[in-house]
Amino acid sequence: MKKRNKIARKEYGNKQAYVFLGPYLILFIIFIIVPIAIAIGLSFTNFNTIEKPSFVGFMNYVTLLTKDEIFMQYVLPNTVTYALIVGPGGYALSFLLAWALAQISPAPRTILALILYSPSITSGVAMTALWKILFSGDQTGYINAWLIQAGIITEPIRWLVDTRFLLPIIIIIGLWSSMGVGFLAILAGILNSDESLYEAAAIDGVKNRFQEMIYITIPTMKPQMLFAAVMTIVGAFQNGAIGVQLSGANPTPGYAGQLIVNHIEDYGFIRYEMGYAAAVSVVLLGIVYVFSTVSKRLFTED
Amino acid sequence: MAGYKGSKINPKKFERGQIKIILMVLPLALFMLFPIIFIFCHAFKPMDELFAYPPRFFVSRPSLDNFENLFRTARTSGIPLSRYVFNTLLVTLLVVLGAVILSTLAGFALSKLRFKGKYAIMELNNAALMFVPVAVMIPRYLTINTLGITNTYFAHVLPLISMPVCLFLIKQFIDQVPDALIEAAYIDGASDFRVYRKIILPLIKPAIATGALLAFQQVWGDLQSSTYYISNDGLRTLAFYMSTLTSAASSNSIAGQGMAAAASLIMFIPNLILFIVLQRNVMNTMAHSGIK
Repeated sequence: MKKRNKIARKEYGNKQAYVFLGPYLILFIIFIIVPIAIAIGLSFTNFNTIEKPSFVGFMNYVTLLTKDEIFMQYVLPNTVTYALIVGPGGYALSFLLAWALAQISPAPRTILALILYSPSITSGVAMTALWKILFSGDQTGYINAWLIQAGIITEPIRWLVDTRFLLPIIIIIGLWSSMGVGFLAILAGILNSDESLYEAAAIDGVKNRFQEMIYITIPTMKPQMLFAAVMTIVGAFQNGAIGVQLSGANPTPGYAGQLIVNHIEDYGFIRYEMGYAAAVSVVLLGIVYVFSTVSKRLFTED
Repeated sequence: MAGYKGSKINPKKFERGQIKIILMVLPLALFMLFPIIFIFCHAFKPMDELFAYPPRFFVSRPSLDNFENLFRTARTSGIPLSRYVFNTLLVTLLVVLGAVILSTLAGFALSKLRFKGKYAIMELNNAALMFVPVAVMIPRYLTINTLGITNTYFAHVLPLISMPVCLFLIKQFIDQVPDALIEAAYIDGASDFRVYRKIILPLIKPAIATGALLAFQQVWGDLQSSTYYISNDGLRTLAFYMSTLTSAASSNSIAGQGMAAAASLIMFIPNLILFIVLQRNVMNTMAHSGIK
């Protein structure tokens, strides 16, 4: 405590700190804070990028909630389905895998961790090529050919155009690439948890690995769990553009793979209804914020 | 002691009990690995194997045809491939350097210096961890337009340099540097900047590596700036060019497919190598940064 005070005394009201912070802060404000502020501002206007924005109050939000059938019928359910599976699903998966990896010796652990993490370092775009080939709609498509050979189907399925399959495929790809930074944080957290805690617990009557996980692992690494949760949620929404890339069209066929991100692009860059697109953006930021706050509640002690 | 022994986390050696855990993880690992093996094989398939029916997963006679095609197409497209490569390298280098320098400077200030508004700024940055850039594409475009930096390298670089995640991890890591070290330096008459350069930077190398990796991953495959902020083809990046090949492949031309696979591979390899090189640092950062 005393030490801290000494530094504090020397440094309180340190003007130089702003020099250190300045460059980051300036860019942070220009490219993160200001765009959010503009999005909120624009969401109350009609703006077609040519004429000046005209103020319309809450019209955009009202339209979104009451008149935008595509949003209500397709985009919102798709996004919720996608986010609920890829968010918590990817999160649970990364926890279980990290936990399993922590139980094995270093060499196979490193190799397996690398394999599991590698999909998230393929930039989504580069890998679309690959998924497109795998799910190609004619009989030379790999998935089709295998299913036909195995006698499961007789006619090739047009995976990426068929409204029944597009969303599930997007979800699979989402899960495939969900072992991101969060996974690494959890793995590091488990690997560095205090061993004596586990020994003590064994003496206190913890009977198996499962109890160990519930009573020790999770409680001792709440910070990492929280960080991972936030990063997984953000990642889930970030990845949302994949449907458009797969099907090669926005809107996706029959709106089957349309997520909020695609809806924003559709209105913003195809129809040039920027005000409306901004309102949808604000809703998206709001959703991410709510999800993250909920997970914060779950993982911080009060 | 009968029954459960406990404390099997992070074992140093291999034991028989680990086999069943590896067996449980393996199917998932294969699922994760499968598309990546596929892209490797596909990129090296000669024309007749790409055409083959029934399609075969593994390549039997690897060839470099796809890569040759890729470079040939690039030569006829008006803008040489080297131009895209140069753009990408320049942009990547600037973003990674910028992100690391700015984040370490800011992280040092937020962690070790005392000044007004510090906690507010940290809170703001933590909130920004939840920032979804795709959600504010349009306002970002307007901002960049207002700044008058469309069609310049600035449009590629500046929006990506301030990375809340990067600052967050680095700041948490600097928190672990003992105050006593810094205090001693101050007593010896060192300036803030000298402390930053001589004490902080050498001690936080793992965090710097992690920040650099995250920045690299973000900028390397970035399409947004090339798509929205740049209209001059000569200033676009390799990722953008590769994605045009990918969409060309959606017209189902087989040659296009092979090229797209080769392109994906080219984009993937640097990422993979960098991660392999830096993974120890990354784990170290995540573990010791006392993420809060």
